[in-house]
Amino acid sequence: MFGFELSFLWAGIIAFAVLTYVVLDGFDLGIGILFPAAKTEGERDVMMNSVAPIWDGNETWLVLGGGGLFAVFPLAYAIVMPALYAPIVAMLLALIFRGVAFEYRWRTARWKRVWDWGFFGGSFVAALCQGIALGALVQGIAVEDRAYAGGNWDWLTPFSLLTGSAVVIGYALLGATWLNLKLTGRIQAHMRQLALPLGAATLVFLILVSVFTPMQDPIYWERWFTLPSALFSYAVPALVLAAAYGLWTGLRHGKDLRPFLCAQALFVLAFIGIGISFYPMMVPPELTIAQAAAPDSSLKFALVGTLFLVPIILAYTAYAYWVFRGKIDPDEGYH
Amino acid sequence: MTAELLARWQFAFTVSFHIIFPAFSIGLASYLAVLNALWLGTKDETYLTLFNHWKKIFAVAFGMGVVSGIVMSYQFGTNWSVFSDKAGPVIGPLMGYEVLTAFFLEAGFLGIMLFGRKRVGDGLHMVATAMVAIGTLISATWILSVNSWMQTPAGFSIAPNGQFIPEDWWAIVFNPSFPYRLVHMVLAAYLTTALVVGAASAWHLLKDRRAFRENPATRRAFAMAMGMLIVVAPLQIIAGDEHGLNTLEHQPAKIAAMEGHFTAHAPGEGVPLLLFGIPDQANQKMDYAIGIPHLGSLILTHSWDGQIPALSDFPIADQPPVWIVFWSFRVMVALGFAMLGLGIWALFARLRGALFDAPWLHRAAVMMGPAGFIAVLAGWITTEVGRQPWTVYGHLRTAESHSPLEFSAVATSLTAFVLVYFFVFGAGTFYLMRMMSKSPGTPRLGLRDGPIRTAGIAPGVAEDPMKRED
Ligand code: HDD
Ligand code: HEM
Ligand code: HEM
Repeated sequence: MFGFELSFLWAGIIAFAVLTYVVLDGFDLGIGILFPAAKTEGERDVMMNSVAPIWDGNETWLVLGGGGLFAVFPLAYAIVMPALYAPIVAMLLALIFRGVAFEYRWRTARWKRVWDWGFFGGSFVAALCQGIALGALVQGIAVEDRAYAGGNWDWLTPFSLLTGSAVVIGYALLGATWLNLKLTGRIQAHMRQLALPLGAATLVFLILVSVFTPMQDPIYWERWFTLPSALFSYAVPALVLAAAYGLWTGLRHGKDLRPFLCAQALFVLAFIGIGISFYPMMVPPELTIAQAAAPDSSLKFALVGTLFLVPIILAYTAYAYWVFRGKIDPDEGYH
Repeated sequence: MTAELLARWQFAFTVSFHIIFPAFSIGLASYLAVLNALWLGTKDETYLTLFNHWKKIFAVAFGMGVVSGIVMSYQFGTNWSVFSDKAGPVIGPLMGYEVLTAFFLEAGFLGIMLFGRKRVGDGLHMVATAMVAIGTLISATWILSVNSWMQTPAGFSIAPNGQFIPEDWWAIVFNPSFPYRLVHMVLAAYLTTALVVGAASAWHLLKDRRAFRENPATRRAFAMAMGMLIVVAPLQIIAGDEHGLNTLEHQPAKIAAMEGHFTAHAPGEGVPLLLFGIPDQANQKMDYAIGIPHLGSLILTHSWDGQIPALSDFPIADQPPVWIVFWSFRVMVALGFAMLGLGIWALFARLRGALFDAPWLHRAAVMMGPAGFIAVLAGWITTEVGRQPWTVYGHLRTAESHSPLEFSAVATSLTAFVLVYFFVFGAGTFYLMRMMSKSPGTPRLGLRDGPIRTAGIAPGVAEDPMKRED
């Protein structure tokens, strides 16, 4: 009994880590996706500088998501990673390109453009692969005898391509609203302009994904369309509309912070929506949270430190954001 | 050629690239913390100049370490899924703690260390710098605990479904080979860094000498690096010896392979220390062996004719590939002694008051620049190849650990990794070399030309090595 509760608590913690990753690294990848929209080198410089001191911390949540899965749901980790082999490897390679760009593009004059493109391509591919991985997970993974039982290309379906595109567009929206918050001048106005169509596109994708998700598995259908759980599920779409309205008015009235928060709210809500569909599955359609969990001794050992350390991490992460708060000063010597 | 073999190559390739950066950044992070503390304590500008110089080099190397490390943490699942399922309950939480206690700490304070001195002030900046250094050491601690547990597993039981079940976390974390491996690796990182800093400074001393121009920061760095070497190199040799004795106790087949010791000798004869030889594993013998009689016994058993297990005591299926282990071990040890030699040379030069006036010493220091990296790789190859055919020693075979992947999938990913790594890390190495080839204090370090900085430092104020720029 106690074991079951522990594994559910852990599922919640992993979900929290993944959500934090999306909230923190989404806008970070989005900046890369928007890189071609900059007109001058100076604009690209400030775009990148707006995250230079914090991107590494943002990405560490991805390591925690993967590492946490390995630690407390090793079976799920062992099944999902081979099943999503190609998108995961592509994502890792893409993250290499965008990660090194932060330093490399200040270390060469002739090849600066190469690393600019690396930053864009890396961010774009990483976002696309994350979305594809999500879609492939939602549509279900074939499992036999504690191992992945499908082929090389099972992950590639119209649905996973849809979720992939949705994530790229959504991250671009997050990036645009972040840049609207941190920058000034032409580039800020440009980003604010871009945020409107990006916001609209994000909504469209959200609707498409919501329409197609319940078709992937009868369980999802039940979750969303039978009472009483459905009542609760309808709160999510209602809040989505509210966030979209906030985004729109915020952009219209030239607000700095509100569009960013509303765009983030869209992501949080979408994430909760997926959670409603998933629960209590770990790897749909067969593996549940309880089945995938590591033995109790692992769960307990990992939990003690996690409950103690995560608040501390959140505190110093917040401090780092606070230190680099405010608009980016293009004359500040970051490199 | 099988998917398993390719997965092994992929793992070996990516982890070998990865270790190169931590080996440098662990040492450099500590060096930077020391430099910053010395600057705050003495207000001697030389230290600040050095800090600002190596800080930028650190940023590049650290970035490469981060991106290559993220690959590692996913690769356990993508390529070694059976291993992950079974060993995950034991090593997963340790690696989780590495993320929580080390990676977040490093990443959280890195930005402040690199860009934040003016925003937070000297005191908090020092704290951030120290946090980054401590983070790298904590990271080494956890990952080496993980690796050591795979070498000398302890504190677990095996469930009917094949999973390793943790029973005693203390025994798991402090497994028998962990303390030795940790000490050895951290010393290795310090040596690697000292050699790189020493080589770059020696290079500038040689250049400055020709140009009749001196940079006090360069001198200071060279003296510090050589001082580090003479202290750490002997410690490393002692630690390595102790490590070997520990391995003899827990992984005798590995030691036999390292020594090229195929068959037991008659009692009283003692084990020689082979300096050279060509292992012939198929026929279980050593060709062209040249050795020093009894020295093997003396080192490994501390007695004149003590015996150690020979490879013939193990079925061939349980023996590691001898050729690789035998020779990689010799490369590491030879370089260890070469480092000691350089340290002693520099010590004598210093005692004669000629540390900055010894071109041959400086040339030797330049030559030894990459030695730390080569020794680190050779050491890890010894360790990892020497434990084959097991991933969890004695319990889980490498051949039973890999993912159910198709050949084409692993072949494609391996090709992609090789291409991307050589391209990206090749470029990075080039930038690092170019940055190191500039004297400490050079503004706009590592850039080739052009006023491409939007940032504060105006071109032209340049060439004052004492200028404070951050
Ligand atoms: C003895 C040292 C050592 C060894 C053997 C390894 N690492 Fe490492 N690793 C470090 C020492 C280190 C470090 C110095 O702490 C790094 C370098 C840059 C950094 O961020 O931390 C790092 C980075 C780093 C990162 C990125 C962290 C971040 O985002 O900040 C990951 C995910 C890993 N490593 C994972 C691994 C795995 C899975 C390994 C085993 C196969 C491994 N490392 C071997
Ligand atoms: C960082 C420096 C390291 C280097 C250079 C290195 C090198 C290697 C090499 C050459 C092999 C292949 C052995 C063979 O196939 O004969 C190997 C295997 C392996 N290593 Fe490491 N290793 C390192 C660190 C680690 C660490 C820290 C871990 C665990 C946390 C680890 C886990 C493994 C595993 C699971 C294998 C088995 C898979 C295989 O045989 O390829 N290694 N390593
Ligand atoms: C003469 C001096 C040295 C001796 C006697 C020595 C001994 C050893 C031994 C016995 C191992 C294998 C441990 C095992 O079987 O698990 C090892 C591994 C290793 N050595 Fe050395 N070593 C020496 C010098 C060095 C130097 C100079 C470096 C690097 C600067 C280095 C870096 C490593 C590393 C990274 C490993 C693998 C990690 C580990 O298992 O600790 N060693 N060494």
